[in-house]
Amino acid sequence: MSILVDDGTRLLVQGITGSEGSFHTQRCIAYGTKVVAGVTPGKGGSEHLGVSVFNTIEEAMSETGANASLMFVPPAFAADGILEASEAGMPLVVCITEGIPVLDMVKVHRYLKGRSTRLIGPNCPGVISPGKCKAGIMVGEIHVAGNVGVVSRSGTLTYDVVSQLTSLGIGQSTCVGIGGDALPGSTFVDILRLFQADRDTKAVVLIGEIGGTMEQEAAELISVEMTKPVVAFVAGATAPPGKRMGHAGAIITGSAGKAPEKMKALSQAGAIIAPTPAEVGLTTKKVLERV
Amino acid sequence: MRIHEYQAKALLARYGVPVPRGSVACSPTEAKNVAAEIGGRVVVKAQVYAGGRGKGGGVRAVNGPEGAEEVAGQLIGTRLVTPQTGLEGVPVSKVLVEEASQVSRELYLGILIDGMSHSPVMMASQAGGMEIEEVAKSAPEKMLRSYIDPAIGLQPFQGRKLSYGMNLDGGQVGEGVKLMVNLYKLFVDNDCSLAEINPLVVTADGKLVALDAKLNFDDNALFRHKDIQELQDKGQEEPLEIQAHDWGINNYVKMDGDIGCMVNGAGLAMAVNDLIQYCGGRAANFLDIGTLNNTERVLNSFKMFVADQRIKAVLVNIFGGMARVDVIARGIAEAYQQMDIPFPVVIRLAGTNLEEGQQILVDSGVSYIQAEDFYDGARKVVQAAKGVKK
Repeated sequence: MSILVDDGTRLLVQGITGSEGSFHTQRCIAYGTKVVAGVTPGKGGSEHLGVSVFNTIEEAMSETGANASLMFVPPAFAADGILEASEAGMPLVVCITEGIPVLDMVKVHRYLKGRSTRLIGPNCPGVISPGKCKAGIMVGEIHVAGNVGVVSRSGTLTYDVVSQLTSLGIGQSTCVGIGGDALPGSTFVDILRLFQADRDTKAVVLIGEIGGTMEQEAAELISVEMTKPVVAFVAGATAPPGKRMGHAGAIITGSAGKAPEKMKALSQAGAIIAPTPAEVGLTTKKVLERV
Repeated sequence: MRIHEYQAKALLARYGVPVPRGSVACSPTEAKNVAAEIGGRVVVKAQVYAGGRGKGGGVRAVNGPEGAEEVAGQLIGTRLVTPQTGLEGVPVSKVLVEEASQVSRELYLGILIDGMSHSPVMMASQAGGMEIEEVAKSAPEKMLRSYIDPAIGLQPFQGRKLSYGMNLDGGQVGEGVKLMVNLYKLFVDNDCSLAEINPLVVTADGKLVALDAKLNFDDNALFRHKDIQELQDKGQEEPLEIQAHDWGINNYVKMDGDIGCMVNGAGLAMAVNDLIQYCGGRAANFLDIGTLNNTERVLNSFKMFVADQRIKAVLVNIFGGMARVDVIARGIAEAYQQMDIPFPVVIRLAGTNLEEGQQILVDSGVSYIQAEDFYDGARKVVQAAKGVKK
């Protein structure tokens, strides 16, 4: 088993005809993902990369039975794209777009409240359940199927951690990039709950970073609800306060936003902290040997 | 993005938030003229992107135009050191001269986006004038919060609750509600990330006035606010960061070490800096080259390192995903061709198009130190930096 995406996922790509949309759609298809539809307003009725393109998500869903959406829509229009997908009843939206204004995301969150759509991202690498479905921009080849769930705010740091796991023979159930923005659609808490409920996930690797309090909220969940071991690392111990470290959400504005505070909270909650980002794989290996 | 206090106050005034009478001055003579126009006692305030100005001597009350001229002369053209700046301080090129207010109470009012509720939150406190984190820490019960539903905006009842909570009386409550509604409108209209009036004062004659103001803007939303973008004072930002920005490297932060870093991805870049410190070194910068596949940004990153006198060694750590290793390698080869690289370079490559990338480096004959993984890279670059005398 896995979470969010699997071999039953029928993927729709929003912004399929753009350059990034095209490039990554091809790679998703090559990985074995069932890409069943594309949406680009104004290009409905055409075909792109062998995939039927529609003007609206509603139309695409009713014609193709798409049940997940991967978004490559430019930042100025991305919030609208998420709303359209949710209104059409899309169960899962994975938004890759970086640079969406925060107040647009405030509106999105308000709209999604009480609706059934789960949003992953924005500003994220997406979701992959190795061997089953890749709904994202991550390098498929470094992943291998297995029993460790990975959840992270970062893209390339996750690739590094995943390749550490893979080279130690540790496969992944699902890897979820929740993204580097301040208001992600799904948080660590949301994804940890899914991993806790997933039969085939035996342990979870959590990669946090400075800014916000998502890691502290995760810590609370870990101490109260999680029975599966969690290995964690928080990037940015050397980041100066008040500076935005690349990601919109990675800015220390209060003491809770600092990496040591976050690692302390996670450790006190029972998570096992990797001493360095290069040792997440080894730490996970030791934890699995104990389980 | 940040702006100066005088610009923030102009924006507040446009939204009907009362601010002291005053004007910005770029020279002692201008300061004198503004003070003469205002009449009486005035305050001269250095305009810098840093808090704690009072403690650094950047805010001074004087009697009359001559006093304003003298203080402006002492401030303009110097660098102001405050508890929030480094020892080198920040340059003062302008002062705000405004009427001195008769303060009877100092309050705090601010709006920011709350990550847990995904909504704007208005915060108010009777303990104004101090750092808000201090208030939140030392007297959390004094911090009042009102979460705003973005669909309907700040409602009058919320303003009343906060106003009564701050112990405003009678007529001040109505004034307070109006001020809060206007501040929220400003926040939303301009895509602020922070709107803070600290202190919001009650004057001796019972009026509410924004005595100091800080407005920060969401960088992601600047594309729809050209007018706000134009307010940025680049002279207040770190010169290396401005240079990086001009060269298309948007994710660059100056740090205080001597090891240059070029990484793809923000999380990985932070992790690399952490590892360098773990290995006993210190990074000179955070640099995420992003995922745009062009050699120019790689070339410009090397230009940054060459221009930065502090750099003793450089670590390139690329895990190709969207970014392709071959493109990065071509950029590095071009950099070596075009400029004299005066420091050792440690390179760790992995991911998309790795073989092609490695071949490009071999073919170009570039001399560099190869690293197996990013731990190895951090260790080697720290060693390399220690071997360099500067």
